Amino acid sequence: MTQEAPRFTLRDCTLIAIATGKRARTLTEFRDHIIQLSPDSLYYHFWGNLLQARFEEREYNNDFAAWVHHSLHDAKLAEQLAVVDPSQYADMSEIRQQLLEYIEVRLEESEYLHWVIASQPFEFIRSQIVVFNAHADIANPREMAKLMPKLSVSSVFYHFIDARRRSPERIDDFHAWLNGYGETYQTLIELLSNIDPYFGSLTELRQQLVDVFQDYFDYSMGATE
Amino acid sequence: MTNMLDAYAAIAGADVIRHLRQLAEPLQGKTVVHVNSTRQGGGVAEILEKLVPLTRDLGLNAHWEVITGDSDFFQCTKSMHNALQGNRLTIPGTLLDHYQDVNAQNAQQLCPMLEEADFVIIHDPQPAALLKYCANRKGKWIWRCHIDASRPHRGTWRFLERFVRDYDASIFSLPQFAQALPHPEYIISPSIDPLSDKNIDLPLAELDAVRARFDIDPDLPLIAQISRFDHFKDPVGVIEAYKLARRFIPKLQLILAGGGATDDPEAEAVLSDVYAAAENEPNIKVLVLPPDAHRTINALQRITDIVIQKSTKEGFGLTVTEAMWKGKPVIGGDTGGIRLQVVNFHTGFLVNTPEGAALRIRYLFNQPKKTQEMGVTVKNFVRENFLLTRQLREHLTLMYALQNGATNRIELG
Repeated sequence: MTQEAPRFTLRDCTLIAIATGKRARTLTEFRDHIIQLSPDSLYYHFWGNLLQARFEEREYNNDFAAWVHHSLHDAKLAEQLAVVDPSQYADMSEIRQQLLEYIEVRLEESEYLHWVIASQPFEFIRSQIVVFNAHADIANPREMAKLMPKLSVSSVFYHFIDARRRSPERIDDFHAWLNGYGETYQTLIELLSNIDPYFGSLTELRQQLVDVFQDYFDYSMGATE
Repeated sequence: MTNMLDAYAAIAGADVIRHLRQLAEPLQGKTVVHVNSTRQGGGVAEILEKLVPLTRDLGLNAHWEVITGDSDFFQCTKSMHNALQGNRLTIPGTLLDHYQDVNAQNAQQLCPMLEEADFVIIHDPQPAALLKYCANRKGKWIWRCHIDASRPHRGTWRFLERFVRDYDASIFSLPQFAQALPHPEYIISPSIDPLSDKNIDLPLAELDAVRARFDIDPDLPLIAQISRFDHFKDPVGVIEAYKLARRFIPKLQLILAGGGATDDPEAEAVLSDVYAAAENEPNIKVLVLPPDAHRTINALQRITDIVIQKSTKEGFGLTVTEAMWKGKPVIGGDTGGIRLQVVNFHTGFLVNTPEGAALRIRYLFNQPKKTQEMGVTVKNFVRENFLLTRQLREHLTLMYALQNGATNRIELG
């Protein structure tokens, strides 16, 4: 019996930021806001901000670590917060607990961090995301390789980053789709898994995906459809 | 019919335009009306000039209306603008009454259109009171604040808040500009139009002509601040910085150029201060440009080596974005949206004093390779983040967000 090859329905998204009015000037204020922070605000500071205009090189993979480094000047806590990989946690409450754990320990360690005022306050943001149909139904991975350079960066965001929050396995949509082909594309899946999506711009991320897909089909001897 | 969108595709990318078209599909035929207080001069008018036709190209029924007012009205709204930016001034009650009267008069003409629109976007304080006089409004009303209102004069904010609180949403350029309001406060950075006369590529002959017209020596170093003549832009501080830097760069030239705006009655007073500070300085050119001198401004930004924007208060600071689009590093005041765009040693330098600006001018003229690298970086940054197409996308997103209430994830089929 021949299994029908799965198709990939392309979606796209756009995101808008909303001010929460919550600001932190000290680490204790920051901790108190984290305790009550809504899941969509946590989402924004880990993932959503990738869709927003920003200038700095992404030195840290989330806004919390960047603020602790640049405005509180605490390198140790910044490094610890930067290690938090949201795709490794079951839900937002677990991420919140991990953040609080690091902050509490650091507050116990350092008297100074109880009263130091940040050079810039942390502005807590939440966001709304709109997901829509991109009117493309991709028949197979080779077709995806051809289409990838034309994908919008927000579509890349939706399928490669946002998917890690949506899917129960915490994997991206390309990975999930290729899994549907059984063992056929395991090499391609491994290559995709090597891409760290949190650094650089989405344009750079798209180029990394283009390179992986195209190199795979140009050089791989094992891939068949 | 879609030539304008196609033209943007050539600069922003075909994927960006395709994305906009798909996003706009469910909004076909919706009516959007923008209202501000001037058709020419100032960043808001420049953006609306293109944003509105682009929105139409996407299939929405977009309009741009301008309220009218007399000199007392604009004096009042200019004072409001300054007070929202933190000036401790009290606006006389008679002027505030006049502000409401002018809005009521404009409402008589505009309400039939505004009340029927699906979305009404009111820009800045001048027309903010219109909502009060459009009781039968059917659509969503959004107040768009382009001003840095992070520390407003409380009395003025309390007056304005009476009108603004009844809107369905507001938009601020940065989260720190937002004031507590009983509705969602969206964050949308402004943008520049790469195809406008102010930003489009210019032929070299045109740049040479502008040099000749203003007696600028192409072989000598040149810095420029191109911005409204406004105390918050600190043009006198720029002259002080120039004088300090000139001790080390004797042939340095400075251009201070500003376009007028019909709603800015304070410019004359600032200009007289500037002329006094620039007296007996042959290498300082103070240029008062008409509101439509966009190509001249474009050329001035291109012929300068470094752009200064030494504001002490700033909204987003679009002049910084414009300069970056021309590949220029920027020495900017450490305030408002300039802080977002200017990163030390990367895109330019943030400064707090004329002394700081002078130091960075010297650094950049002594590090030409670094200056050139910054120029490449800043242009790419603007292309990815600050073109008009991004702002249009966020306006469309906002429309869906308002239609769907507080839902944080909206699936459109």
